Amino acid sequence: MAFVLSEEQTMLRDMAKQFFSEQVPVTNLRKLRDDESDDGFDRDVWKQIVELGFAGILIPEDLGGTGFGPMGIGIVMQEAGRTLAASPLYSTAILGAGMIMAAGSESQKKDLLPQVAAGELLLALAIDEANHHNPLNIAMTATKDGGDFVLNGEKRFVIDGHTADKLIVAARTSGTSGDAQGISTFLVDADTAGVSITRTLMVDTRNAANIAFDNVKIPAVALLGGLDAAYPELENVLDMGRVCLSAEMLGGIETVFDTTLTYLKERKQFDAIIGTFQALQHRAAEMFCEVEICQSVVLDALSALEERRNDIPRAASLAKARLSEASRLITNEGVQMHGGIGMTDAVDVGLFLKRARVQAQMLGDANFHRSRYADLGGY
Amino acid sequence: MSDLETFRAETRAWLDKNCPDSIRTPMPEREMPWGGRNAKYPNPDTKIWMDNMASRGWTAPTWPAEYGGGGLSKEENKVLQEELARIKARPALTSFGLWMLGPALLEFASEEQKKKYIGEIVRGEIRWCQGYSEPGAGSDLAGLQTKAEDKGDHYLVNGQKVWTSYADQCDWIFCLVRTDNSVKHDGISFLLIDMDDPGVEARPIKLISGSSPFCETFLTDVKVPKENLVGELNKGWTIAKRLLEHERSMISGMGMGAGAASMGGMEAVAKENFGTDGERIADPSIRSAIADHKMDQQAFGLTMKRASEQAKAGQGMGAAASMFKYYGTEVNKRRFELLLDVMGTQALGWEGEGFDSKELAVTRSWLRSKGNSIEGGTSEVQLNVIAKRVLGLPTA
Repeated sequence: MAFVLSEEQTMLRDMAKQFFSEQVPVTNLRKLRDDESDDGFDRDVWKQIVELGFAGILIPEDLGGTGFGPMGIGIVMQEAGRTLAASPLYSTAILGAGMIMAAGSESQKKDLLPQVAAGELLLALAIDEANHHNPLNIAMTATKDGGDFVLNGEKRFVIDGHTADKLIVAARTSGTSGDAQGISTFLVDADTAGVSITRTLMVDTRNAANIAFDNVKIPAVALLGGLDAAYPELENVLDMGRVCLSAEMLGGIETVFDTTLTYLKERKQFDAIIGTFQALQHRAAEMFCEVEICQSVVLDALSALEERRNDIPRAASLAKARLSEASRLITNEGVQMHGGIGMTDAVDVGLFLKRARVQAQMLGDANFHRSRYADLGGY
Repeated sequence: MSDLETFRAETRAWLDKNCPDSIRTPMPEREMPWGGRNAKYPNPDTKIWMDNMASRGWTAPTWPAEYGGGGLSKEENKVLQEELARIKARPALTSFGLWMLGPALLEFASEEQKKKYIGEIVRGEIRWCQGYSEPGAGSDLAGLQTKAEDKGDHYLVNGQKVWTSYADQCDWIFCLVRTDNSVKHDGISFLLIDMDDPGVEARPIKLISGSSPFCETFLTDVKVPKENLVGELNKGWTIAKRLLEHERSMISGMGMGAGAASMGGMEAVAKENFGTDGERIADPSIRSAIADHKMDQQAFGLTMKRASEQAKAGQGMGAAASMFKYYGTEVNKRRFELLLDVMGTQALGWEGEGFDSKELAVTRSWLRSKGNSIEGGTSEVQLNVIAKRVLGLPTA
C-alpha cells in the first residue's frame, strides 16, 4: 500500500528522525551561519550521514549503495527538513547520483557511484541561467573542438556549487534556448581552467553559487548521456529532485505547525491562553488540513517514483506546487501567530520561513508547476 | 476455486437472472429508488430490482443476516460491488435508513427494535427522514427544544424541526428530543416517530435553487409509544454524534461523485469560450484557476485514499470525517464558482429557451452547493471540531 509505510521504511524513518534531531538539530545550522563556515555544512555530520548509508540510498548495492530507493530517500529528506539539516545529500546523493544513474555509461557509473556512496565525491547539478527555474531555457553552449568540447556560458543558483568536486552541467550542443532537443550534459571537474565559481550567500544560509564557464575545455569522455539528447533523463532526475525537495519541505512545515500549535497552547494574553480564541483555532484547523493534504501528495509522488508509474511528472508537479504554496501559508502563519517573538532571530520559525522561500524557488515554484500541470493535462 | 471465486461466479449468475435490463442504464432522478409506503415506480423494474436484492439482504450487504441484512464479509461485499459495477447496475435502494439510521440502530437499539426496523429498512418498506435541526438550533444543535414529556405509557412530543430532508414524502422520522431541561447535551433522547400519527405535519421549504428537498416538520401533541425510544433516556446525544459522522462522510463525498464527472468538460468549455494558444487555454488566469482547482481535487482525492488505506492498516487519521466534510464541501463550492467564470452567462440561466439542460443543471447545482458547507455541520463547526478534538486547543 502506497500510503502506509512498510516495516522497513518505518525503521528507516525512526533512525533518520533520531539522527537528525539528536546530531543535526537547528542549532547546527545556526552555528554554520554564526561561524561563517566556508563549506556551509559540517563535514563531521556528512561523515555520519555517509556511515548511515544515506549518501548511497539511491545507488544499487553492487555499486556500494544501499538501494533503498526513492521512498527511502524521501523519508530521510523529510526528517532532514524538520531540523533544517544542511548537507550535500540533495545535490550529491539525489540530483548528482540520480543523473549519473539515469544517463551515465557503465564505466562512468562504476567509476563514480561508489565514490558518491562512500561520501568521497561531492556533486552539483548546474541547470538554471535566469532568475526562475526553466530547464528548457538553456543557452550555454558546448562546442565540439576536435576530440574535446568547449563550454561557454553562465549558470545561476547552483546548489552546493562551491563545495562540489564535480559539476554536472547542462549545455546546448545544438538548437536554441527553449528546445528540448540539443541539450547535453557534461561532467566537469570544479577545478578545470576557465571555471569560476562565486558562492552566493542566500537568505536561508544554505549553499548556492553562480558559475561562469569561459572557454572551458573538457574531453569527449566527459559527456554524460547522449549527445543532444540528455533532456528526457534530465527531466526524470529533476522530477525526482522536486519530489525529494517536497518531502524536505513537508518536514519543515510539520515542524513549524507543531511549534506554532505548542505556542498557541502556552501563550497568555487578556488573561487567556491564546489558543482558546476562535480566530486562531480556525486558522490552526485550516493549517492542519493543509498539512494532511501535503502528506498525501508527497507520499503519492514518492510512490509514483518507487513504482515507476507513468504519471511521475504530474505527481511531481502536484507535490512541488502544493508544498510551495502550503509552506508559504504555514511559515507566514507561524510567524504571525508567534507575534513579536516570531520576528526575532532567537526562535526558529523565521529560519523555516527563509528556508521555505528558497525551497519554493528550487526546481520550479508554484507558478511553474501549475502551468506544467495544466500542460500535462492538455490545456 | 477459492470460496471468493465461487461466490463471484454465483453472484454473477444470480445478477444475470435477477437484474432487469432497464436497471443497467443511467438512472434519471425520477427513478431514484427511495422506497417507502407511498413510493411511486415510474419504471416497474425499479421495484422488482429492489425486491430481488432485498430478498438476499443485498440492499444492505454487510448488515447481519439475522436482522435481514446480507451478512456478507468485507471481501464478499467487495466482490458484489464489483459485479454490480460490471453490469452498471443502478443502486437497488437509496435511503437515509440505509446510510444513517440503520448503522446507528445496529449499534444502539434493543433486540426488538433491530428485529422490527432493520428488516423494514433493508426491504425499502419505510422511508426515513432525520429530525435534528430546529429554527433555534442549527450549528448549536444541542440547544434543541422540541420536548418529549413522560406520560406514563407514552411520550407527548411538541416542537418544530427544520431541514428535514424529503419529510413530505417520508413515513417515519428519527428525532432528537429534549427529555430533561436542566442540562444541555445530557437531556437529549433519540426517538422514532411514525409520521402518520396525528399531530405530525411536514411543509416543503423552497430553496434558492428553486427545488424543495427539505421541509419544516411540526410536531403537535404527538403521542409516541415508549418502546420507540432508542438507547437510554437522555443518552441521545451519543447516538446523534455517531449519526452525524455517517452524514458528514456522505456529504464530503458529493464533490467526488456526480460533480467530478463534469470536471472533464471544464477545460474544453474554457477553450471554446476563451480560445487557444497551441494546446493551452488562451486566457492565462482562467487556465491557472482551472489547474489550481484540478490540483485541489486530485490532492483531496489522494487524501481520502490515504485515509482509507491507513484505516485498513489500523492507523486512524483522527477526526478525518470533519476534515473531509470541511475540505470536500469547500472544494465543491469553488468548483461551481469556477464553472460560472468559465461558462459566463450560460451558467446563469434559470429555465426555458437559450440554455441546454446541462447548462441549466449547472445553475441549479451551483446554488445547491452553497448548502454543502452548512448542512451536516457548517464549515465553521468542522473547524471547531478539528481545533478541539484533533489539535487539543483549549476551550475558553
